[in-house]
Amino acid sequence: MVLKAFFPTCCASADSGLLVGRWVPEQSSAVVLAVVHFPFIPMQVKELLAQVQQASRVSIAVLGTWCHHRQEPEESLGHFLEGLGAIFSHDPWLQLCRERGSKFWSCKATRRQVPTSFGAPGEDQVMLVFYDQRKVLLSQLHPPAALPDRQAGDATASAGGLAAVFDTVARSEVLFRSDRFDEGPVRLSHWQSEGVEASILVELAKRASGPICLLLACLLSLVSAVSTCWVFKLWPLSFIWSKLSTCEQLKHRLEQLKLIFSPQKAENPSQLMRKANILVSVLLDVALGLMLLSWLHGKDRIGQLADALVPVADHVAEELQHLLQWLMGAPAGLKMNRALDQVLGRFFLYHIHLWISYIHLMSPFIERILWHVGLSACLGLTISLSILSDIIALLTFHIYCFYVYGARLYCLKIYGLSSLWRLFRGKKWNVLRQRVDSCSYDLDQLFIGTLLFTVLIFLLPTTALYYLVFTLLRLLVVTVQGLIHLLVDLINSLPLYALGLRLCRPYRLAAGVKFRVLEHEAGRPLRLLMQINPLPYGRVVHTYRLPSCGCHPKHSWGSLCRKLFFGELIYPWRQRGDKQD
Amino acid sequence: MEDKMSFFDICGGRLALQRRYYSPSCREFCVSSPRLSLRLLTVVTCTVWLAAYGLFTLCENSMILSAAIFVTLLGLLGYLHFVKIDQETLLIIDSLGIQMTSSYASGKESTTFIEMGKVKDVIINEAIYMKVIYYLCILLKDPGEPDGISQVVPVFQMEIMKFRQIKNCLLSSCFAQFTGWAVGLVRDSFQEGPMRPEPRPF
Repeated sequence: MVLKAFFPTCCASADSGLLVGRWVPEQSSAVVLAVVHFPFIPMQVKELLAQVQQASRVSIAVLGTWCHHRQEPEESLGHFLEGLGAIFSHDPWLQLCRERGSKFWSCKATRRQVPTSFGAPGEDQVMLVFYDQRKVLLSQLHPPAALPDRQAGDATASAGGLAAVFDTVARSEVLFRSDRFDEGPVRLSHWQSEGVEASILVELAKRASGPICLLLACLLSLVSAVSTCWVFKLWPLSFIWSKLSTCEQLKHRLEQLKLIFSPQKAENPSQLMRKANILVSVLLDVALGLMLLSWLHGKDRIGQLADALVPVADHVAEELQHLLQWLMGAPAGLKMNRALDQVLGRFFLYHIHLWISYIHLMSPFIERILWHVGLSACLGLTISLSILSDIIALLTFHIYCFYVYGARLYCLKIYGLSSLWRLFRGKKWNVLRQRVDSCSYDLDQLFIGTLLFTVLIFLLPTTALYYLVFTLLRLLVVTVQGLIHLLVDLINSLPLYALGLRLCRPYRLAAGVKFRVLEHEAGRPLRLLMQINPLPYGRVVHTYRLPSCGCHPKHSWGSLCRKLFFGELIYPWRQRGDKQD
Repeated sequence: MEDKMSFFDICGGRLALQRRYYSPSCREFCVSSPRLSLRLLTVVTCTVWLAAYGLFTLCENSMILSAAIFVTLLGLLGYLHFVKIDQETLLIIDSLGIQMTSSYASGKESTTFIEMGKVKDVIINEAIYMKVIYYLCILLKDPGEPDGISQVVPVFQMEIMKFRQIKNCLLSSCFAQFTGWAVGLVRDSFQEGPMRPEPRPF
């Protein structure tokens, strides 16, 4: 197998010295991590390597020598470097050499204990692979989508060859802590040797985050203790809470905030990413909410809104009245059952009348209510959107009532018709056996049943028309609410931090690597440049999507249509409703 | 070392195959298709615009004309960025892996690298696409079971898949030689044995 030497690009201009790294025998690859410069004492180098090995649990050794001819070729250095192989015994012993003014490097790997079948001590073919140490260290390798269940940690260490390289570089972070300003016994050259990369702001934020998290965690636990108080669990209140999407959203946000400010440290990168995603999503949410707040409270927009709201509600009610009157006549030229039509129409008209008087009773308080609701925008845009959805639900309560009445009547008729149709054919539904059995009916039973069937089938169009119209209205409202919920879910679940990272630091989220063949000269080792292949945006969203608060409809389109046809109630905006169904 | 030869794809278009030997352990195959032809572009644009103009004379709404311009522009951009592949490269590196790069006409490059440890085998597959066509594909190992195959990755998706079953016997043998040789190379490096000697030039 060809020997692969992974060499960091930052060491290409380093002075001559020793190559320190890890040898992976399974893939016959040598991962060079740093270059140790002269002068050094071999014992101290060994001590340092032992320390690093203990801290990082990666077997780090001296792999060979690195020779960089800046001036005239020094013959003495060459011999000296060869002699070093005797002190630091490693098999195979790498000898990398870069000549002055030449782009091409020479590279030799000598094995001492060669298997006898090959005869004399031989030299392997060597392939140089350059990698950017900083990027490889900081990047997080995502296994391909074909193997999703792979866990990070030990599993990846034993996984494919490149994962081993990434793992080695990531684990030997201890080696990169020292820079050239340190007064250590050994001088190293690696990506941080010009000075350790750090930011004052980040360090300050790290210091400050501990106490802030503790304080906020206390506050949050207080809030959650209050919210679980028994007063809120009395019967009508708990029912109302479960129906309001605002409460669901508040609960969801509270959980998220608790997760962010929990004093425990994130255990693995994915959890850290999740915390960061939640934090960014909350911050964006609050920022959008504050913008909304400033827009609402500037120029008395709330007053205008409140003034507009009552006329709109009135207008909707008026339109509904017109619609009902149209239905009570001859809608679209259809001839309905006059008596039933009149009864239903009057019933619904009375309902609208009740609704209008309720709205007018409320109208003096609407502005104040809206003002307080507007304040909630400082908790986040999602909260105010949820409140908007709840307000729509409350203001269209009459439509909901009409829908329920219409659906119940229609459902009753459908069930009646289906059982009478069985009677008509001389059959019946056997409840115990859950099947249709044949049955002999008396003459009067048949007579009454057939009569009822006829009555029902002639009354069905009238009921079906009312049902159809109010179902369409209800679906319209549900669609509007569904759109609002979609928007809320989008803000809740979009991994903004990961997307930003992918946009600005593409190497941080790696899907894999790609190689580029560098300029080549015959007789010299092949040189490859290893670059990081960033994760596609689709996979970023898929991998790091946050769980949404779960008030999704779980209907398929087929089941929805079936329910609509049989007149069963649909609750597409409540999961709880699904369970009851 | 480098050599070039040309093929026809399934629709009769010209394809150029280029081989580069960087070293005994690293080879590259490059299939490139001709650039976007001006004739095709002109024909499509003219058709769309004439159709739009016909509609415009019928309903006299200038929105149609601007919509046609937008459709043409967006269609061209989408075609260049997502559909039209200029070049596909297969880089085989011994004991490291196989890298497939497709470069689109807009300059976008998408690269997939498959590690040698995950490659189970490289095979020539037969498919029926109005006629029998042959294409190269890579079988990936299933980490769960040792003998299973988790995925079949076609190589040169846009190009070689379209190699028509070549009328010309010579070309056909060339193609078979190329494919068979590539299979041999990858198999060799996969089995960690010594490399096969260089094939004689076509």
